[in-house]
Parts: sequence; C-alpha cells; structure tokens
Amino acid sequence: MTRTDLRVVAALGARSVKQTFRRPQLLAPIVVFPSILLAIQTAGAGQAVNLPEFPPVNSFLDFMLAGAMIQATLLAGNSGGIALAVDIEMGFTDRLLAAPISRFGMVLGRLAGTGVLSLLAGIWFIVVGLIFGAQINDGVPGVIVMLLLVTLSGLAFGGIGAAVALRTGRASVVQGLFPLVFVILFLSSAFFPQDLLTGPAATIAQYNPLSFIVEGIRDPVISSLTWEVFGKAIASLALVGAIGIGLSALALRRRLRAGG
Amino acid sequence: MGWRKSMEATWALVRRAANELLRGVLAPTIFFLGLTSVFGALDNLAGFPAPYKDWLIPVSLLQGAGFTGAATGVNLARDIEQGWFDRLLVSPAPRPVILAGLVLSAALRSLIPAIFLLIVGFAIGVQWPGLDGLLIALLVVMGMGTVAACWGTTLALKYRSQSAAPLMQAGMLLLVLTTTAYAPLALLTGWLHTVARYNPVTQVVEAARQGFIGSVTWGNTWPGLVALAGLLAVLSALALRGMHRTAI
Repeated sequence: MTRTDLRVVAALGARSVKQTFRRPQLLAPIVVFPSILLAIQTAGAGQAVNLPEFPPVNSFLDFMLAGAMIQATLLAGNSGGIALAVDIEMGFTDRLLAAPISRFGMVLGRLAGTGVLSLLAGIWFIVVGLIFGAQINDGVPGVIVMLLLVTLSGLAFGGIGAAVALRTGRASVVQGLFPLVFVILFLSSAFFPQDLLTGPAATIAQYNPLSFIVEGIRDPVISSLTWEVFGKAIASLALVGAIGIGLSALALRRRLRAGG
Repeated sequence: MGWRKSMEATWALVRRAANELLRGVLAPTIFFLGLTSVFGALDNLAGFPAPYKDWLIPVSLLQGAGFTGAATGVNLARDIEQGWFDRLLVSPAPRPVILAGLVLSAALRSLIPAIFLLIVGFAIGVQWPGLDGLLIALLVVMGMGTVAACWGTTLALKYRSQSAAPLMQAGMLLLVLTTTAYAPLALLTGWLHTVARYNPVTQVVEAARQGFIGSVTWGNTWPGLVALAGLLAVLSALALRGMHRTAI
C-alpha cells in the first residue's frame, strides 16, 4: 500500500466518522440502543448473579459490559454497510471509482471509520461502566486488550456489512440485516453465561465465533485474561475478518466488472 | 406505457410495504425467542412466578405494537419529506380526521406482528391465556400501537425528517422495557425497580400478561386500561397540537 493509498484510507475513514456523528440514525444504533439495553438488562436481570451456576462476578454490570460492546461493534459494522450503500446509491462511489485511487482503499477507508467508531464505543462503555461501579480486574492492561479486541471486531464485522453493501448496492438490504445482528447476539454468550443459556442457543453458542470474541473482551473484567481465551478471540476475529474482506473483494470485483 | 408505469409503481410500493411488514413482524419474534433463550434460566430464581416464555410474551407483543406505531411516524416523516403530506393537508379533510386515520391504522397493523408472535409462542409451549386473556392482550396491543403511533406522529411533525426515527423507536423501547419486562418488581434491582413501579406501562404489561401466567381478573385489567387511556389522552393531544401547528 502506497502513501497515497494510506492518505485516501485516512480521508475516507475520517469522512465516515464525521458522517456518523452528523446522522443520528447512524449513531443511535452504535451508542444509544446498546446503552439503553445495557442499563435495562443490568437492572432487569441483575438477580441472575444469584443463580448457582453463574460465574463469580463483582456485579451483573461487569458481566454485561462485554455484551454491550460487542453489540455496538456489530451495529457499527451494519451502520458502516448502510452508509456505504447510501454512497453507492447517491453516486459518490462512482466518483471515487473514476479517481486515480486504489479500489480496495475505498473499502478500507470505510472499514477504518468503522474501526474508529467501535473504538470510541468501547471507550464510551468502559467510562460508563466505571462510573456505575464496574471493576476491571486486569486494570489498565485489561482495558487496552478490551479496546484492541473491540476495534478489531468493528473492522471484522464492518467487512461483512461492506460486502453486503457492495454486492447489493442498496441501503435497505443492509438495513434488513439489523434483526440478524440480534439473532447472532442471542445465539452467543454475549448477554448470559454459556452454561445458563437454554434451548438451541446453548448448543450454538458453544461454536459461535462471537462467543469467543465476547469472552476475550469479558475476561479482563470479571477474572483475568488467559492466552488461551485471547488466542481464541483473535482466531475468531481473523476468521470473521477474512470472510468479510474476502466477500468484499469479490463483491467489489463484480461491481467493477458490471461497470460500477 | 402509462399502464405499465403504474403497475411498476404499484409493485414497488407493495415491495416496500412487504419489506417493512417483514421487519416489523420479525423483530419482536426474534427478541422473544432470543431473550427466552438467553434469560430463560431467570425463572429458577426464588419468587419468579411463571416459566420465562410465559412471562416474556406480553412484553414482546407490546414491543411489536411499539415498533409498528413508531413505523407510522417514520412513514409520516417520509411523506413530509417527499411533499405528499402537504397535499393531504390541503384536502378538505379536517386535521383530526387525518390524525385518526394515521393512528387507527397503526392499531390494526399492530395485530399482524402480535398474531405471528402468538402462533410462534404457542408452538413453543406458551400457556394458552384463555379467550378472555387473549382478547385483553390483543386489545392492549392495539392500544399500545395507537399510543406509539401518536408518539411517532408527534415527533414526525416536529422534526419533519426520517432522522428522528431512532427517537421514535427508542422512546417506545424505553417505555415498554422500563417495566416488569424482564422480571417481577421484587426481583428488579436499582433504578429500574423505582422506575417500573411508577411507569404506567407496567400496568399495561401486567394486564396483557395476566392470562399467560394465571387467571384473568378485573382487578388486574382496569389499571392497565386506565394507564392506556391516560397515555392516549396525553399523546393524542400532543399529536393533534402538532397537526394544528403544521403550516403548508
């Protein structure tokens, strides 16, 4: 990647972040909805910590923080996809295609923006958590690991959103993935310990890569992160990221072949 | 050619409505199935009065009504942006009648996700609430759909933009979930315990829930109906005020 490509990625990433802050309909799913659900679920299901099988935690908020963060990154990926599809619908992408810049830099720019938004969402939830009494067991190194995993999650899920946007070119289709985000979340250990999930979710959560990513973000808060958990989180992120970037590359190639 | 264009436009509208309907139907069902799987073990807590799916289904019914009502506001905002609403306002129809049309259609449409959700719920073993319990639940769903439509309409008329959609949806989400949605009042912790006690929608949820977790009584019904009437009075007055203030 050349220096010019990096400048393009930085410029498009900055544009993506600014665009999200200017449009409430893009920002709300990343910060507002996960914050509302975090507040309500923490107080509504807080007595769950008294269940015998519940892992030892300082409070239910400590357990839920990782779930809220991963929800925010999934929705950031979805919002990034919607914004990219809007760019395609409005003709902005066509103008970029006519410019002498790297094709893949265009997609990377959008992903960089999603990564930054995920990082900001991660910081938001850590600050909110600390204000309301959460304790991060691993301290500052734990916070750094959490923010790293949250940022990488944004990039990985953003790749899936970008692939759908490039393939369909329609914001409404990407927006239609919104319920699917919650299906993936509910079929993982994002909101409750894996051993306490009921029905098919209990089985699916064991193999859902999202569970491994969430555990990687959660462990520094409630216990202490081990290399094994960290490794599984990184491997899961690499898998999701490879699928997203691979599908984005295919969709972009197809779009270029079809004439933009 | 004109006939063909009309058919294409009609098909586009049908497709748009079908997509919205699918989303409106799917979202509460996904939340119901997902939350039952995730928080289902909560019914093992001492003091939890019923299986979790029976506890949760009325909340999902009301959530579906809330989403449907909020969609009325989003659709109105789109009509305002595209200028169609201005044409409606210059028609001889009085503004209260236009508002009534908007919100009453939401009341009827809120039955679609409710019926789909009930079919899914009964298929996975939700307790039959009895005919009286079912009718009360559906009446409450229609009422909540109307309340949500009034809220959405008020915001659409104020902001005149689809950008207000998250506010319409988040408002209804907050109203329904800050109740005894997840657990009985005695098991709620912190701020939610206090808010749920005073949130009028708690009474609405309890009225819809009674048949699913026990027997139907007038004592559990009337507070919900009074709460709904109060919410309707306030929000329809706000929506009507917005209609009267809207200049062409």
